[in-house]
Amino acid sequence: MLIQILITGFVKGGIYAVLVAGLSLMFGVARILNLSYTGFFMLTAYMVYIFSNFTSVPLIIACPLSILGTTILGVVSYRLIIDRVKAHELTVMIISLALSMLFQEILLIIFSGDFRGIPPFKEGFFELGGVRVAYQKIFTIIVSIGVIGALEFLLARTRLGVAIRAVAQDRETANLMGINVNRICLITTGIAMALAGIAGVMVSPLLPLEPHMWIPPLLVILAAIVLGGLGSLKGSIIAAFILGYVETLVVFLIPLGAYLQGAFVLGVMAAVLIIRPEGLFGLVFEEERL
Amino acid sequence: MGAALYRLYWFFREDVGAIPGRVIAFVFIALIFLLPLVNSEPYLLRILILMSIYIIFAVSWDFLSGFTGVLNFGHAAFFGISAYATAMLNSNFGWPAWATIPVGSFIAMVMGLVIGAPALRLRGIYLALVTLAFPIMLQGLVYAFPDYTGGELGLFGISPLAFSRIAEYYIVLIIMLLSVLIMWKLTDLKSKMVRTGLIFRAINQDEITARACGTNTTFYKFLAFAGSGFFCGVSGGLYAHFIKVVGPSTLELLFSFNAILWTIFGGMGTIFGPVVGVCLLFPLTEFLGVHPLGEEIRFLLLSVVLILTLLFMPEGISVWVLDKIEAECPRCKLTNYARRKKCRACGAQLHLEHGGE
Repeated sequence: MLIQILITGFVKGGIYAVLVAGLSLMFGVARILNLSYTGFFMLTAYMVYIFSNFTSVPLIIACPLSILGTTILGVVSYRLIIDRVKAHELTVMIISLALSMLFQEILLIIFSGDFRGIPPFKEGFFELGGVRVAYQKIFTIIVSIGVIGALEFLLARTRLGVAIRAVAQDRETANLMGINVNRICLITTGIAMALAGIAGVMVSPLLPLEPHMWIPPLLVILAAIVLGGLGSLKGSIIAAFILGYVETLVVFLIPLGAYLQGAFVLGVMAAVLIIRPEGLFGLVFEEERL
Repeated sequence: MGAALYRLYWFFREDVGAIPGRVIAFVFIALIFLLPLVNSEPYLLRILILMSIYIIFAVSWDFLSGFTGVLNFGHAAFFGISAYATAMLNSNFGWPAWATIPVGSFIAMVMGLVIGAPALRLRGIYLALVTLAFPIMLQGLVYAFPDYTGGELGLFGISPLAFSRIAEYYIVLIIMLLSVLIMWKLTDLKSKMVRTGLIFRAINQDEITARACGTNTTFYKFLAFAGSGFFCGVSGGLYAHFIKVVGPSTLELLFSFNAILWTIFGGMGTIFGPVVGVCLLFPLTEFLGVHPLGEEIRFLLLSVVLILTLLFMPEGISVWVLDKIEAECPRCKLTNYARRKKCRACGAQLHLEHGGE
């Protein structure tokens, strides 16, 4: 049981961490809360489903293609829709939510509301301390660690990463230093959408696919962003793992736990915020004045 | 008698007829009052009753979030808790509707104060996400105690609001108009009776300055939460007695977002904005649902309409339209019909030649 909780929690936490990294990046750099983000995550999962069920494209090509497709769609939607209403914070949220609903409805019309699944990328399992661990879960864990490591490397060691961090810290100064802020925002959106795509690929064999699957992860990653402190990538990734474990513990230990997952996740978030309003790793700012 | 009629005539000529926005509001109110005389089909009345209930729901969201800037993402918490309280009091203890709805609204108001407590420490998006948590936690409770709440099926066996559909229609309509009027008066910037409209806007624009001017912003934030909770509770109670089933869908995330969606679509921070938003979007989705093809694509169509509207009028549709048909006099700040050349009161030029001072 303990090992099972540890592994399931890590798998969930890893998926949430990859997802939250993208949203946190987008929020930190472009200063918008793009709620269509998990819609793209869902789209990728469905693309993998289409490739594996209706074509004979091998998975090794199908997965990168789906991620690429999502990234392009995400950047185009940012360029065509969200970029134009950027000045109105709430309008961005509503319009991106409407975008997610649009995806949901399109998928409902094409695939109906049935639950669909994809066979695991690699069948089989091995035993660890008397518990069966599917290869699929190990694959998910390795990919999530790899992706987060690569993202850290990108942000810490490359010129692009420095530019992204500079824009996140201070847009105006970054602009004065000759950084093309708009282009950095666009690139960041692209990276974020690719992360959503990777998470979608990872999740496709693990969860049943249905057109409402974008809502629960959206709640969790919003909670993780706030819990970790807005704009702190490290904080939100740690928060994602914490929330992944909270969900797993609730499901394993409490009867009817599946219904209470969301309640517990948000309860933890609310409790932490009331004690520490800036989140776990957030910086304390003086109250902002206009 | 003659003098009173003459004054009424002047009131309509000067305070209603001269301002396009008020003409529209007046025609709208007259139409919805007279409609049952022309067509009293139960289905049509049902949609209009639900529309009125959702108007209270959306306006109460605007009352809190549009004016004080405290983003509430969990507005369904007020609606749901009041609907459940009303349903329980009615079906378990047999209380009549005129007693259950006020009690339900009062409970929602207390809920508003509970949610308002973290508002003192958090701001912006943090606060929005904490408020998001409350309806989902309540929903968790509903599923966890199915003996009391009916679980997934919900509570039923609630007595109707009145015995005929037309009576229900007028009851809901009058409560709706009263609630909207009270909220409009409370947030009216130019009101001479209450200062809340001014203070809510001050909290939104610069809370520190408002505090420095000696305003107890804590008190007014709680007031906004309590008022919003109360009126949302009214709509929840009416909903419970009208639909006669209260299920966990009243606490759903998307239901909270509906209030935001209608308000942003209509125009935020205006009170009339959410009314316009609900009146346009809700019947649209309902009437599309009748048609078999429409049933499938109605939400698709709705999201496309929403995206396009917000792309071209990000301030909301009512603000966009009012900008086109109304103009404020630069000298005396009186609202005029936009096609006029000179202000109707002071005769100042309305539209400057070069567009700007």
